[in-house]
Amino acid sequence: MTGNAPPAVVAEGLTKRFGAFTAVDGLDLTIATGEVVGFIGPNGAGKSTTIRMLCGLLRPSAGRASVAGFDVGRQPEAVRAHIGYMSQKFSLYGDLTCRENLRFFGGIYRVPRPVMEERIRFAIAMAGLEGREDRLVSTLAGGWKQRLALGCAILHRPPVLFLDEPTSGVEPEARRRFWDLIHTLAAGGVTILVSTHYMDEAEYCNRIALIDAGRLVAMGSPGELRGLDLGGALFELGGVAAGAALAALREMPGVIEAAIFGDRLHVLVRDAATAERMGPFLKRRAVEPGALRPIAPSLEDVFVRLVARRSEEEEGGGA
Amino acid sequence: MSPRRLFAMAFKEMLQIWRDPHSLAIALLMPMMQMVLLGYGISLDIRGVPLCIYDQERSQTSRALVQRFVASDWFTGVRVLDSDRAVREVMDNGDCAGVVTIPVDFSRVFTTTGSGPVQAVFDATDSNTTNIAIGYAQGVVALTTADFEMRWAQAHGLLPRTVGAVDFQPRVWFNEGLESSYFIIPGVVAVILALVGAQLTSLTISREWERGTMEQLISTPVTALEVMLGKIVPYFLIGLFDAIFCLLAAIFWFHVPFRGSIVLLALTTALFTVVVLGIGYLLSVRIRSQLGASQIALILTLLPTTMLSGYTFPIDQMPAPIRAVSLLVYARYYVTILRAVFLKGSSALDLLGPILALALYALAIVWIAARAFRKSLD
Ligand SMILES: Nc1ncnc2c1ncn2[C@@H]1O[C@H](COP(=O)(O)OP(=O)(O)OP(=O)(O)O)[C@@H](O)[C@H]1O
Ligand SMILES: [Mg+2]
Repeated sequence: MTGNAPPAVVAEGLTKRFGAFTAVDGLDLTIATGEVVGFIGPNGAGKSTTIRMLCGLLRPSAGRASVAGFDVGRQPEAVRAHIGYMSQKFSLYGDLTCRENLRFFGGIYRVPRPVMEERIRFAIAMAGLEGREDRLVSTLAGGWKQRLALGCAILHRPPVLFLDEPTSGVEPEARRRFWDLIHTLAAGGVTILVSTHYMDEAEYCNRIALIDAGRLVAMGSPGELRGLDLGGALFELGGVAAGAALAALREMPGVIEAAIFGDRLHVLVRDAATAERMGPFLKRRAVEPGALRPIAPSLEDVFVRLVARRSEEEEGGGA
Repeated sequence: MSPRRLFAMAFKEMLQIWRDPHSLAIALLMPMMQMVLLGYGISLDIRGVPLCIYDQERSQTSRALVQRFVASDWFTGVRVLDSDRAVREVMDNGDCAGVVTIPVDFSRVFTTTGSGPVQAVFDATDSNTTNIAIGYAQGVVALTTADFEMRWAQAHGLLPRTVGAVDFQPRVWFNEGLESSYFIIPGVVAVILALVGAQLTSLTISREWERGTMEQLISTPVTALEVMLGKIVPYFLIGLFDAIFCLLAAIFWFHVPFRGSIVLLALTTALFTVVVLGIGYLLSVRIRSQLGASQIALILTLLPTTMLSGYTFPIDQMPAPIRAVSLLVYARYYVTILRAVFLKGSSALDLLGPILALALYALAIVWIAARAFRKSLD
């Protein structure tokens, strides 16, 4: 995140329409060189569509974007030469071995011959695939596949990496290993935009872009996002029948929102007075009130609230 | 275009072909099987069928007919019989596949009515041989009567078409023009290559879409031209292998005489292979499912190449509109070239027309195919 380097990724009013449907709607995004930005949003939010436009795979319907200094609409080939991409769906050749896949992408990216073998060795070591170099990729487990795909995507040492849900369906241990790799690459100056569904992974990012229904809802570091004003105070309610309590609290005046987190409830209330009335209110509704305590919002609380607020606004605006 | 990327593409494609023994077997064995089946069906006809003729009339006209049978390639050891007893004898002994009987009043009936009955008895134990023998007998009679007809018509001041024919109609199922199999086998090679070639490449691009590998591939700097050439080159080698096998089979197995230049044969075969592979590739780009692309490839190549290439159905006997359509059927040019190179030993100069047509076709297909593939998910 050096101050005067030009940003690695810039999007201005980036829009993608599929027929009448707008999948990405006027997205503005700036990613500094060397940043790790997490792309978070519910299913269908437009994460993959945005990444595909940034890779030059989809043509923007409106707006513009540049990656590594090249315009994605006008210089897609220059963009492609400077990026590494892992698509959401695994897309190495399953009927080729690990080494053959690496050789193939090395050739396609024209990795200089003198460094080719060394880079392949590096990628194999990085993926932890020593001893499995000559196995068919289709026989590998998920974590290995994903690390190999990352290895293929960085063979040409691209300055910018787009990773679309690289850890989905991968077991937790392998997910951690993958994030270690991401941070190693970022430490080497690579700019990385990585989409994910896992909230814990959001914490590993320098900044997070929260996207919903094609719009950027919030952008900031995990700390900044946690500090956002949610419009009330957050309490955790434990030791209750979560379902019944949830139904009751949703009808209580002064409660902005209630959501189940594991066996507890997170309740956002307008003020402290509402929190005090909560116990008696639940009793009147024949729900045993549990232990209530104020908590600091987690990233997930923030995301849930921001997304809910956005759709409330939309409904309010539409009515 | 980068040779490095092209090599990476082609090498990857070859590995994938190699790893898929099932399709590889189809790519290599299908043409062999088709060559044997199609070629054999036709080559059966050349093997001389033993035939006897009982000429009851012994007139000038009937002798002309007998002479036709004797001179024909299709029958061997044509024996002329002279009694009903001899007919029964040869049939019982199985000495002959059949006996053709020319009745006593053959010439008289023919000259008065313009149509003469010829009777034929065939041994139906080997129905296949019988069918073929009947077909040939019909063919011989037809050819002869065409002469008779002409003379008869001239004598009567009529146009040939308006006169009736002998009962026998020239109907041989797979050899309508009654050409010798030498004439047909080179055409079979062309048809097989056209069918197999389009099938081979029709799967290449659609497979990458179906397996999801395309998205990764087009995110790289590889160019559309490199993708196309990288995909076609390995199949070009397979196509050439198939071609060489079929051509060798034509020469050494089916004994089609080869009188022309090997270089000319090789070059035109390569050109034709480019055309058929290019067509399959183009379909693969346009139709993103493997099944769809291969089905369309089959439909688009099967009918035109079998019906309109002139390999069995002579083009000059087709109605004018169909003849015009056949100009678009690339296989017809290769059929023409193969026949001429094989049987006449024609030179490139003799074959300038079809060679240019084929080259034009190859250029057009490659040009269109190179532009058809877009590195985009839109
Ligand atoms: N080619 C397309 N044609 C039409 N609609 C599309 C196309 N691609 C995506 N969409 C739609 O656009 C929306 C955004 O899709 P996108 O794949 O970008 O979402 P996402 O945030 O990546 O979701 P997920 O987390 O499920 O991967 C979805 O509603 C999807 O159905
Ligand atoms: Mg997605």
